[in-house]
Amino acid sequence: MTDNTNKHPEEQQLMAGDPETTGHSWDGIKEFNNPLPRWWLWTFYATIAWGLVYTVLYPAWPLVNGATPGILGFSTRANVAEDIQRFDDMNADVRTRIAEVELAAITPDENPDLYNYAIQGGAATFATWCSQCHGSGAAGVQASGYPNLLDDDWLWGGTIDEIHYTISHGIRNEDDLDARYSEMTAFEGILSDEEIASVVQYVRNISGQEANATLAAAGETVFLDNCAACHMDDGTGDRFMGAPNLTDAIWLYGGSEEAIEETVRHARFGVMPPWSADASEAGRLSEAEVRSVAVYVHSLGGGE
Amino acid sequence: MSATEEPQKLYAAREPVFPKRVYGRFRNLKWLILIVTLGIYYITPWIRWDRGPELPDQAVLLDLANRRFFFFWIEIWPHEFYFVAGLLIMAGLGLFLFTSALGRVWCGYSCPQTVWTDLFFTVERWIEGDRNARLRLWNAKWDFRKWRLRLTKWAVWLLIAVATGGAWVFYFADAPTLLVQLLTGQAAYVAYATVGILTATTFVFGGFMREQVCIYMCPWPRIQAAMMDEDTITVAYRDWRGEPRGKGKARENLGDCIDCNACVNVCPVGIDIRDGQQLECITCALCIDACDDIMAKVGKPRGLIDYMALTDEANERAGNPKKSVWKHIFRLRTIIYTVLWSAIGVGLTVMLFIRSDIDMTVAPVRNPQFVTLSDGSIRNTYDVRIRNMTHDESTFQITVAADGAPLLVELEGQDGNTVPVPIDSTYLQRVYVTAPADSAPAREERTDFRFWVEDLGTNTRTYTDTTFFGRDLE
Repeated sequence: MTDNTNKHPEEQQLMAGDPETTGHSWDGIKEFNNPLPRWWLWTFYATIAWGLVYTVLYPAWPLVNGATPGILGFSTRANVAEDIQRFDDMNADVRTRIAEVELAAITPDENPDLYNYAIQGGAATFATWCSQCHGSGAAGVQASGYPNLLDDDWLWGGTIDEIHYTISHGIRNEDDLDARYSEMTAFEGILSDEEIASVVQYVRNISGQEANATLAAAGETVFLDNCAACHMDDGTGDRFMGAPNLTDAIWLYGGSEEAIEETVRHARFGVMPPWSADASEAGRLSEAEVRSVAVYVHSLGGGE
Repeated sequence: MSATEEPQKLYAAREPVFPKRVYGRFRNLKWLILIVTLGIYYITPWIRWDRGPELPDQAVLLDLANRRFFFFWIEIWPHEFYFVAGLLIMAGLGLFLFTSALGRVWCGYSCPQTVWTDLFFTVERWIEGDRNARLRLWNAKWDFRKWRLRLTKWAVWLLIAVATGGAWVFYFADAPTLLVQLLTGQAAYVAYATVGILTATTFVFGGFMREQVCIYMCPWPRIQAAMMDEDTITVAYRDWRGEPRGKGKARENLGDCIDCNACVNVCPVGIDIRDGQQLECITCALCIDACDDIMAKVGKPRGLIDYMALTDEANERAGNPKKSVWKHIFRLRTIIYTVLWSAIGVGLTVMLFIRSDIDMTVAPVRNPQFVTLSDGSIRNTYDVRIRNMTHDESTFQITVAADGAPLLVELEGQDGNTVPVPIDSTYLQRVYVTAPADSAPAREERTDFRFWVEDLGTNTRTYTDTTFFGRDLE
């Protein structure tokens, strides 16, 4: 490649000074020798050494069961466990106090630190243990009879103490003798089809929904004879027995004719487990956790 | 390549550079920029600025823990981060503009690497002497004198490096407090680590790596080539005037270059500008000063090495008049950069002056979309974040405007529709909006309405539009 005449003028000019090349030639293409700095090479070796040392000190090489542990004993899991323990220790005092003070005193004004912890911790506990039935937004599932905890209608009472009792002991369960308990009669066979049809229309009527006036008038007697004992004469229910208010706009299982008839014929039997580990062996939550959830639920907009 | 030939060396040791002291207009400009930029860097954290009680009195403070950026009378909150993003874009466009107009002027005058290296050169010259003395010292044996000079130099460098790393952390905490903590061993681990790392980089980059950082480590010089063209003003050698170079009195067949190597001796990156433009050149213009000095001594006009554009070089060579500097600088791409830069700058300034001292964001709680209450009314829930950026605690009133639709507002845990928000903070307030049973918003799927928040102390108001979800009975 000594003939330069057919080359680009710039290359001719460059090659005229006989520049140093690496000596490599690929189809006449040569490479200028622009050596990299030596410190760059040493830096490269240093990174390799660093990598080797790192794999010895820290968990690195994958094996069949896990990886090489590294001689420093570093473990992200152990770090997490340590962090959790650290936060538990930090919160120990708050938890003790939450479990001891008057429930009604856990408010933003009286105990802002306890209230803040209860709201945040209660929300987390609710998401873990309660949201499966009551929903992540606490709105319940009407089709399954899981109550909405956001509204202002409470079957067993919506004060902080009543909510705390319900969470602690649960509803209609076998695990806790103090569980809230009541049972509605299934009226199929007790009432005739006509009586059931008329009482359904009566209930539709007193809750302000569209109803057949003739049937509803006939249903009043049926209601007073059979239902008023628990749901009261005016249909407003009785929280002592967990009997729902039938005159408001809120329906645990739905307010359509079909849903009400299903309730009258076969009754309902909603169950909630006891959560307090103090109250029952089946309970899974500490008193501080139960109280936190109670404060959280009470704060959702319907608390009394 | 024959087999007996010795293999090429693919790696080379750094060629040490011993720049000679130089005097001249560009050197003076560099001194000025060095003093101003280093002065700003070291002194800024110590400027005090009274913001009233409970707020830091440091003029420039990046308060990461409390998520605030204080800059004199300006206070930036995290939701206003676009100011920082805008400033970064302006800085980028500014670099584009200067590079396309004046080449690597950033590299030559104001890059921290250049400025600190320049400072380190000054220290080196002060302790070890000028170029020739340093060259001799470099080749000398490691006797007592060499150790003494080297250790003195390194100690001063280290002092500057510690001050550099130290100044950095002062931007992130109250400087006087942190200084005492640093000296008494009470500062946070991360503060010491930051000081340590920046001390090491300053010491190594300024003292030993120097031009290697620019040539091998920095990506910016490689990117700059894309912004330069034949009209970019850069440092070049007028070879049509200088060549053929040569020493001696008989100059009939020689150009103006007397081959004195002054330009080479002063170069901080160790190149010969007479070889043409090279990637190592940071256009610090010290060779211009050096050559002008020589030209004055031999009685020739200045500017054998000078700032010029590529088009000028061709014109001058052909004996044509060259374009004026302004014609080089004002061309389409610099005008576009300037327009973009100014547009963002004007936009940010306007935003800065029209931004309110209070702010709100509304996050509708859509799980569930609405709640039916026992009287049949429909309730929606909103998480309203009120930001009180004033330096007074104040009471805020929350109201809704919904074109006459009967929406009622209640605040969780508050009496009435007012909520106190502490000084310089964000307050999360859960707000219930209820539409009475059978009212239009309760029956329709969506009703748009507006949340108003008013600072009852200053009567400043702001609003956010959101939507009310009804039962949708249709």
